[in-house]
Amino acid sequence: MATFDLELVSPERLLLSRPVEMAVIPAVEGDMGVLPNHSPMIVALKGGVIRVTEGGRETERLFIMGGFAEITPNRVTVLADEATPVATLSRAAATQRVTEAEAALAAAANDAPEIREKAADRLMAARAMQDAAQAA
Amino acid sequence: MASLKDLRGRINSVKSTRKITQAMKMVAAAKLRRAQAQAEAARPYAQRMERMLASLGAAVADSPEAPKMLIGTGRDQVHLLVVVTAERGLSGAFNTNAGRFARARIRALEAEGKTVKLLTVGRKGASYLKREFASRLIGEVSYHTVKRIGFEQADELATRITAMLEAGEFDVCTLIYNRFQSVISQVASEQRLIPAPLPANDTAAAPATGGAPALYEYEPGEEELLAALLPKNLAIQIYRALLENQAGFYGSQMTAMDNATRNAGDMINRLTLNYNRTRQANITKELIEIISGAEAV
Repeated sequence: MATFDLELVSPERLLLSRPVEMAVIPAVEGDMGVLPNHSPMIVALKGGVIRVTEGGRETERLFIMGGFAEITPNRVTVLADEATPVATLSRAAATQRVTEAEAALAAAANDAPEIREKAADRLMAARAMQDAAQAA
Repeated sequence: MASLKDLRGRINSVKSTRKITQAMKMVAAAKLRRAQAQAEAARPYAQRMERMLASLGAAVADSPEAPKMLIGTGRDQVHLLVVVTAERGLSGAFNTNAGRFARARIRALEAEGKTVKLLTVGRKGASYLKREFASRLIGEVSYHTVKRIGFEQADELATRITAMLEAGEFDVCTLIYNRFQSVISQVASEQRLIPAPLPANDTAAAPATGGAPALYEYEPGEEELLAALLPKNLAIQIYRALLENQAGFYGSQMTAMDNATRNAGDMINRLTLNYNRTRQANITKELIEIISGAEAV
């Protein structure tokens, strides 16, 4: 089957760079599956799991805390704010993040809408992390 | 002339100094390797970010709605200088170089009649610049409690700068830091952060068809994407500067400590020579005394 190059980078390191058959990435407007020869796009990502398919099977699941993806017909570059393989996610850490994000959102109740929105986004990402940790 | 005991004392104290500087050199070398590896690991993200920004920036730059961070406030009056230095000394001229560079910039800007605001990162730069420019200093950031500089710190700093931009506290933001050229050479240099200098976008964004606008689809729209991407880019630039500063600092410290170790060795040689000469002179003197005493009998 045709493949394309998937690159996953976080500010601190390059996590993944190899040809894959399909990748499902959590775009802000809904998850999207990317196959080779996808039309060029730049999308913003929300907190969620990237699923990688190689050889007809799902081989890799990585959790990302939001970011961006650049899609070209033969390459997908994901710039993640933070990325961890789902298998190594810690449930306790995720729960703690949710609590922190909830507190931050509550604290931002009187702030400008943009700040509140950002806090809400962070809470959503933390919840997604918790879900992913529980599923793993 | 110093007595034998004094000389022995000095030799011993220089020897312990040499041990310390040698140990510091080893530590700096190990930390340098780690810092370099970290800087290396951060590079792919920065490169890809640049590519994305080039294509987006080209699509938005001409629209009047373009975010402030990209095109600036349209004025050039208030300059914010972010000066990055190390937390510690004993690193040769590393901190002084960045400080001196910053001072020259401040003087030049003020001579042009601009207003300068200073934000220092690292304790050494703060104490260097505070003496002269205390009134321009609007903040100090210090990471001496942080064990390993991570993206978090850079992100925090970027958020702070963004907030200041939104509040209209400055028009142009420049970062001053020691660029890591090699282990023995760090160059104090500046980099403009806001308005964001667009990477050479004609090669990255314009497709081979020649000059046609970037052919990407954007989700959500260009403006929203750019509004999210630019602060990230700011954080990345700062992160890179922090890492280079870190690596440069250890490189500089390593060189300085190597020199110190060598100097201590030279000094020990000199002192030992002196010590032996004095010892011999003493023996000769005693012999003369004994012989002339015996002759007198």
